[in-house]
Amino acid sequence: MMSQIIFILTALIVIALSVRYYGRIVQNIRLGREIRLKGDVTWRLKQVLLIGFAQKKMFKNLLPAVFHLFIYIAFLITVTELIEIFTDGIFGYHRFFASYLGWFYTFIISSIEFLSVLAFVATLVFLSRRNVIKIGRFWNPDLKGWPFRDANLILLGEIILILSIFTMNGADLVLQGRMPEHYHPAGPFLISRFFESFFNHFGTNTLVILERTGWWGHILVVFGFLLYLPFSKHLHIIFSFVNLYFTPKNQRGEMENMPLITNEVKSMLGLSDPEVIQNAPEQIPDFGANDVTGLTWKNILDAYTCTECGRCTAACPPNITGKLLSPRKIVMSVRDRAEEAGNYVRKQKKQSKVKTDIPQTAVNDGKSLFDYISKEEIFACTTCNACVEACPVHINPLDVILQMRRYEVLTNASGPSDWITMFTNLENNGSVWQIPAARSAWIQQD
Amino acid sequence: MITNISIPLMADVHSRGEKPEVLLWVGCSASYDTRSQKIIRSLCKVLNIANVSFAILGDEENCCGDPARRAGNEFVFQMLALQNIQLFNQYQIDKILTICPHGFNTLKNEYPELGGNFKVQHHTQFLLELIEHGRLKLNPKKSSSLTIHDSCYLGRVNGIYDVPRKIMEALKIEVVELERNKKNGFCCGAGGSQMFKEEEKGLERVNTNRAREAALTGCKTLATNCPFCTTMLMDGLKDLDKEDNMEVRDIVEILLDHI
Ligand code: SF4
Ligand code: SF4
Repeated sequence: MMSQIIFILTALIVIALSVRYYGRIVQNIRLGREIRLKGDVTWRLKQVLLIGFAQKKMFKNLLPAVFHLFIYIAFLITVTELIEIFTDGIFGYHRFFASYLGWFYTFIISSIEFLSVLAFVATLVFLSRRNVIKIGRFWNPDLKGWPFRDANLILLGEIILILSIFTMNGADLVLQGRMPEHYHPAGPFLISRFFESFFNHFGTNTLVILERTGWWGHILVVFGFLLYLPFSKHLHIIFSFVNLYFTPKNQRGEMENMPLITNEVKSMLGLSDPEVIQNAPEQIPDFGANDVTGLTWKNILDAYTCTECGRCTAACPPNITGKLLSPRKIVMSVRDRAEEAGNYVRKQKKQSKVKTDIPQTAVNDGKSLFDYISKEEIFACTTCNACVEACPVHINPLDVILQMRRYEVLTNASGPSDWITMFTNLENNGSVWQIPAARSAWIQQD
Repeated sequence: MITNISIPLMADVHSRGEKPEVLLWVGCSASYDTRSQKIIRSLCKVLNIANVSFAILGDEENCCGDPARRAGNEFVFQMLALQNIQLFNQYQIDKILTICPHGFNTLKNEYPELGGNFKVQHHTQFLLELIEHGRLKLNPKKSSSLTIHDSCYLGRVNGIYDVPRKIMEALKIEVVELERNKKNGFCCGAGGSQMFKEEEKGLERVNTNRAREAALTGCKTLATNCPFCTTMLMDGLKDLDKEDNMEVRDIVEILLDHI
């Protein structure tokens, strides 16, 4: 009874905290502006299935893809196992489903065990890739401090989870023989059966404690994960699917249009319908993005989805040739700034006791995205789309870079001096270079 | 071999009440850069040989706007784009051929949103069609090989990788792939308006990095499909003192050698 109460209380606390943490993320994402995303439901679901579930883009690089798949499937199965944890935890049963499901139960738990072993191996491989082999994209300055620890922490959690599962199942198997009235027959399972002789060395009391420790250990790690995710790059295990669903079906080469400017230019060229002129807004808004509020909500969702894997940066030509620009850092900065801006707005809201939704304009903490991302970075991008191609979860770092460029050039009327000259040439002669010769002069030469 | 190339102006053709098969979009690079002018002249020669009726806008043409847009200046981009679209409509143009992947991308993917809907082809796509329809008689030479650099805007951005390779197949030229090829191809360093400003400081230039990779293949020729890539990679090879070992040539120039 006692343990049921403790379980229910723990679960309630975890749920309450989750609502709070995940709710904040949703608020932060909604700081971004609205955007019309092209694409229909069928196409979107296809992205989720192909890129999400089938991990199509991961398999460009076989080895990490396979190991990642082990952990990922183990995760999916662990989630389904939560059903049992909750039933047993709340009602105080032990292996409630075992008697109903029969052989199928043995099959499920055996698969969990099997995948846990694979995930265990994968975890060791990943830890060594990060810490022993020191693969370049994991030892990049982008990941200094928290991101680096984050990566290792979750891998450690993974190991505790797996050890707990085997302790639980192994001890349970022995106990079934010793106290059949409490420990209903279940299993033996694929892997833990081999630990039977090991656990046989222990006294019954020790085993009972071990079994409970395993059970609690594994549920606490799962709860821990859930609460830890909002602060971690591992949020991607949930957000990847959401983000893939919202992949815009735009052509890669198509930048978002700015209708306000179209109207303006049209009226300058005498092309516009009178109606449009009348509908022109009184106050001209900022063009481009200098803060997360200028980005689209999709850009912020992208940032929360980022796994910090660095595939984008490892493919980025300016980065490879030693420039400051790193698309991963751009994406991580958007997340950091969204967190900061969101926290600021929530604080303001609390102080002024407003009940309504946060207006975007409320982010007036005197900071901007440019405190995180320098001009040197955004101006170095060749718009080559290598980062977009490389990202396994369809994140678009380039979109952020281009919107920041727009702000710098249009709203700030600034930018590299060569570009300013180029803009003048384009405006005056319709050509990037200032050349006295006629555009058609080349026809005459031989 | 044709010595006199005929390059009709759209205004003349239009005033005769005729309509060409395609409008040839020249772009800034081919209009003003001497190296790129050679490329466009080769293309015009090939069009003459295949009896394609075409015309150019000449002095009426403006920059497509890609450099302005990618540099963040939407205002200048739209000025150029809307004027170009107006001109296309005035001449009732429906099919456009571009020599530059940037113009190709902008006209094809960005003008529709501004009300300009045209059938746009990059010159390599058009050339492949000419070959497939038997409008060009090819004269493949003895075995030869080269390597290909895919421009970002034809490759990753528009997903066109097989066109240049199919042309090489038709010319019986063996393609030695670069280490980073197709989807994993490496930029020449010109895109995103980098062509028109100094590179930020770093360890080396982007074009040098790519040129070194190309030189490593040992091929004598590096085939390109973008005038900016051509310039960038020639400069890169020069930096490496490799310009005598490897020629950078647009696909249409290579094709012209085989007609
Ligand atoms: S598009 Fe820009 S940020 Fe992305 S890989 Fe290319 S140069 Fe780097
Ligand atoms: S943006 Fe994509 S490729 Fe880059 S680090 Fe994040 S998840 Fe990896």
